[in-house]
Amino acid sequence: MTLKGGDVRQERIDRGIKVRTGGIYAVSSWKEIGYLLIPRLVLIVGLLILPLAVTNLYWQRVISIVGIYALLSLSFDFLTHFVGLVSLGGAFYVGVGGYMAAILNTKLGLSPLFTIPMAALGGAAICTLFLLPCLPLRGVYFSIVTLMYPLITARIIEALNILGGTDGIVGVASFPNRWVEQYSLFGLLLLILFGLRRLVNKDIGLVFRGIKDNDQAVKASGINITHYKAAAVFISSGMGCLGGAYLVHIYMWSGISQLALDFSIIPIASTVIGGGGTLVGPVLGAFILVPISELLRAFGTLRIVFYSLILMAFIIFRSEGLMVYAQRKYHQFERWVKV
Amino acid sequence: MTSETILEVKEISKAFGGIQALSNVSFRLHQGEILGIIGPNGSGKTTLINCITGFVHTSSGKVFFKQKDITGQPPHKIAHLGVTRTFQVMRPYYSLPAYKNLIIPLFSPRARKYGGWRGGGKLGDRNTVCIDILEEIGFERDSFVPYKLASALPTGYLKRLELARCLALKPEVILCDEVFSGLSASEIASMIPLIERLQMEGITLVMIEHRLKELFRVADRVVVLNFGQKLTEGIPEAVMEDERVKEAYLGSEDLSDYV
Ligand SMILES: Nc1ncnc2c1ncn2[C@@H]1O[C@H](COP(=O)(O)OP(=O)(O)OP(=O)(O)O)[C@@H](O)[C@H]1O
Ligand SMILES: [Mg+2]
Repeated sequence: MTLKGGDVRQERIDRGIKVRTGGIYAVSSWKEIGYLLIPRLVLIVGLLILPLAVTNLYWQRVISIVGIYALLSLSFDFLTHFVGLVSLGGAFYVGVGGYMAAILNTKLGLSPLFTIPMAALGGAAICTLFLLPCLPLRGVYFSIVTLMYPLITARIIEALNILGGTDGIVGVASFPNRWVEQYSLFGLLLLILFGLRRLVNKDIGLVFRGIKDNDQAVKASGINITHYKAAAVFISSGMGCLGGAYLVHIYMWSGISQLALDFSIIPIASTVIGGGGTLVGPVLGAFILVPISELLRAFGTLRIVFYSLILMAFIIFRSEGLMVYAQRKYHQFERWVKV
Repeated sequence: MTSETILEVKEISKAFGGIQALSNVSFRLHQGEILGIIGPNGSGKTTLINCITGFVHTSSGKVFFKQKDITGQPPHKIAHLGVTRTFQVMRPYYSLPAYKNLIIPLFSPRARKYGGWRGGGKLGDRNTVCIDILEEIGFERDSFVPYKLASALPTGYLKRLELARCLALKPEVILCDEVFSGLSASEIASMIPLIERLQMEGITLVMIEHRLKELFRVADRVVVLNFGQKLTEGIPEAVMEDERVKEAYLGSEDLSDYV
C-alpha cells in the first residue's frame, strides 16, 4: 500500500496491558483487573438487564427464543471451530430435546426442573448414538449427512403418526413465570459459554483442536479420535437439546416444527456475523440476527430478501465477524510503519 | 547383530488401484538397532511405514510386533503399543505454540500410563514436561523458540517436533520418514548425536532416508526398496557395493549425488 509517499504497511501490536494480563503474568492493578473483567461484566450485566428492559409482551417472547438460538450458535461454533465437525444437525438436537422434554412432562408428569436437565443429557446421549456412524466422515460429507437427520425424523413422525404425528404433543407445562424462564435460560447460557471457554484451553480442549487441525497426527499420538469426536458431539448436541427442551416448555407444545431447518441454519449465520472461533461472538450474533429477523416480518415475503442482504453486507464488509474485530481493537493497537 | 526381533514384516503387499506400491516385502527389525530404508522416489518406503502403523490397510501380508499380530489395527492402537512414526510431510498443529503441540501426545493413554518424565509426580505439570521433551530434542530451553507458534517454526525445528511427538509417547520403536530431508548439512550434523542418543536409550529406530551419507553414519543395517520390492538388505558397506542397488539409483540419479 502506498500512503504519504513511500511504502507503508499496517502493523498490529498487542497493548501492554493485554500482555501483562494474559497468560502467566500476575494481575497487579485495578486497571488490569478492569481490563480483564469489564468485557465479561458488560456481557453478564447486559444479559441480566435484558429481561427487565423488555416490557413488550411480543418482544419478551422473542428474547427467550433468542436465548435458544444463542445456545445453538454456541454449540455450532464449538463443534465447527474447535473440533472441525461442521454439523447441520441443530434442528435434530432441538427436536430430540424438545420431544423428550414433552414426553417426560406429559406422560410422567415431571416438572420443567427435571425434564430440562434430563432432556439435555438424555437427548445428548441419543443424538450422539445416532451420529456415531457419521463420525468418520469428513468435511462436507459430515455436514450433509447431519442435515438429513432432522429432515428424515420429521418425515418419519409424519408418516408413522408417532409422537403425536402432525398435531404434536400438546399440554406441555409452562414455566411458573417469565422471570424463571428467562433468567434460568440466560444463566445457563452464560455458564455454558464460560465453561466452554475454559474447556477449549484445557489439555482436553487442545486434543479437540488437534483433531480439527490435523487428525492424522492425533491418531499417530495414540489417541482414539472417534472417542473425542463423540464426546464433542455429546457436548454440542446437549446444548441443542437443552434449547429444544426450553422451546417446548415456552410454547407448551412439541411438534415437527421443532425439526425445522431454521435451527440448523440460523446458528451458522450468527456464527458468521459474530465471529467464528470466539464462542462469545456467535452468542452476540444470535442476539443481533434473530431480532432483526423479527423486525423484518413487517416486510412479508420480502423479509428473506432483506435478511439475505444484511447477511451479505456483513460477510462482505466484516467477514471476520464482529467479535474478532472487537477483540482486535480491544487488545491491539495499530500503526503504520514504513517498509 | 543377533538380538531379538521386535518388529517383523511378513510378505506385505499393497496396491493402490493399478499401482503396486509394495509387493511381498519382508524384513525383521532387531531390538535396539537403527535400520535404514532406502530406495528411489516412489519405491514404496512411505507406504511401508503407513502399512506398519495402520494408516493404510495392507492388501496382504502381516506385521508382528513382539510376536503379536498387529496387522489391520487402527493407528492409535499401534501407537499405543509403542510403535510410533513421523510424517514425511510434517504434521504439526500449526495454530498451537510448539510446546503445546506435545500436550496432545502427552494426553494419550500411553503417555499417561508410562509417563512420569523425570519423576514429575504422576506426570508433573504437562507444560513443563513439554518443555523438557523439546529441550531433549534440541530446542533451546531458555529461548523463545518453544513458545513460538508451530506455523512460525523453520523446517529444522518442525522435524524435531515430529520426533518429539513420538518421544512424548515413550516409544519402543520410532519409524522416521525422512527426518533429514530439507535440512542443511550442519543441521543434520546436529541431529545425528540426537539419533544416536535415542538408540542408546534403548529405542529401536527405522529411518527412511535419501541422504545416504548421513544415514550410513548411524544405520546398523539397510533395506533397499525398488518398485515396491525388496532388492536387498545388509550392512551399509555391503549394500552399496551391490550392483542392483547401484543400478536402481542410477536409474534416477547418480549414486554419487547421495553418498
Ligand atoms: N494414498 C495413495 N493413493 C494412491 N497411490 C499412492 C498412495 N500412496 C502412495 N501411492 C503410490 O505408491 C507408490 C509408492 O509411494 P511412496 O510414497 O510409498 O513412495 P516413497 O518411497 O515414500 O517415495 P518418496 O521417496 O518420494 O517419499 C507411488 O507410486 C505413489 O504414487
Ligand atoms: Mg515417502
